[in-house]
Amino acid sequence: MIALIARDLRLAIRAGGGFGLGLAFFLIVIVLVPFGVGPEALQLREIAPGILWVAALLSALLSLDRIFALDYEDGSLQLLATAPLPLESVSLAKAVSHWITAGLPLVIAGPALGFLLNLAPAAYPWLILSLLIGTPALSLIGTFGAALTVGLRRGGLLLSLLVLPLYVPTLIFGAEVARRGGEGLAVQGPLLLLAGVTMGTVALMPFAAAMVLKVNLR
Amino acid sequence: MTLRVRDLSVARGGWTVLEGLSFDVAPGTALILRGPNGIGKTTLLRTLAGLQPPVSGEIEGAGDDVAYASHSDGIKDALTVEESLAFWARVYGQDVPADIYDAFDLGDLRHRMAGTLSSGQKRRLGLARLGVVGRRILLLDEPTISLDRQSVNLFADFLRDRHLGQGGSAVIATHIELGLDAPVLELAPFAAQAGAAGGSDEAFL
Repeated sequence: MIALIARDLRLAIRAGGGFGLGLAFFLIVIVLVPFGVGPEALQLREIAPGILWVAALLSALLSLDRIFALDYEDGSLQLLATAPLPLESVSLAKAVSHWITAGLPLVIAGPALGFLLNLAPAAYPWLILSLLIGTPALSLIGTFGAALTVGLRRGGLLLSLLVLPLYVPTLIFGAEVARRGGEGLAVQGPLLLLAGVTMGTVALMPFAAAMVLKVNLR
Repeated sequence: MTLRVRDLSVARGGWTVLEGLSFDVAPGTALILRGPNGIGKTTLLRTLAGLQPPVSGEIEGAGDDVAYASHSDGIKDALTVEESLAFWARVYGQDVPADIYDAFDLGDLRHRMAGTLSSGQKRRLGLARLGVVGRRILLLDEPTISLDRQSVNLFADFLRDRHLGQGGSAVIATHIELGLDAPVLELAPFAAQAGAAGGSDEAFL
């Protein structure tokens, strides 16, 4: 499993488009928002947590269709399926490397971009924490969606339609943690629910993804 | 371990293509599959590899002992030859034998990116993977595609000396003569009768 994660990370670095693309997209969306809603600082502060989280969702979505598609096209997915590594571990490894290339950069860049949206000072630690806890769920759910659509021509759009509704709980609780944190309210409730959603996806999604992969590889 | 197939029927896209297949492949021997295009050679190999379930019949001795090589080699353009083999060896929990590069004439290409290799060289890399996975039963689907005569001989030597000679076995779908002393299984007589439906299509016919 570690071998697979190491290989995918190496490929992401060498082939490009791994780390940079999602992050650049995140940056552009955040920069565009003040142009759209106007530069009023208080208004921006109010919507900042929600915008940051929606942008994180969209930029995680951007690289999902590559999770299995490249391996499917060159035949390595078939070879991995016949390898001693169970498909559940393959799916988990894929989700982990997607999170490292797409999720982790968002966690790191989130605060810097929060500054552009005039995020409330008290909200910064909570934004980082909510992204750290919430983004793994985005990768895991996305891996399941990618497994569902692998082998389909133009599966990317279908993938977005399938996956985005499943992102709703993470979005709600993630943005709520950052918002409440900024206003100095108790964050324990949404934080626990956010963690619960992530834990649930860790427990279920690798198995679901492996199951649909088996069907798709027939 | 002997690969034992009994009364096997396999289907592609819901249609049974081969039925009533029975054969044994003992350690140290190979079986060559022959038959016209579309007869179901790939489908049979995929079924043996466990990528798809059989319609009926039994397969014994496959499971965790097989390594499958399909038409596509599963090579990543951005990895070097050495990294590719090291990756597969690690996935299978094996070490890369030092002489595998010579066996497939890859010595000079070790540090080249796979994306810069010719299709024949890529194929040699894809086949070299079989030498690092440490599996007893190889399922090979047209292994010699895009190989020149010399590379075919290299591959035949590898199969004979390093695999079959060490007690491994192989099921090979190929149209060319590999120079192996192996029985040939002609698949045409096992072709399913037209209209014989497999799986869920049955109810509609």
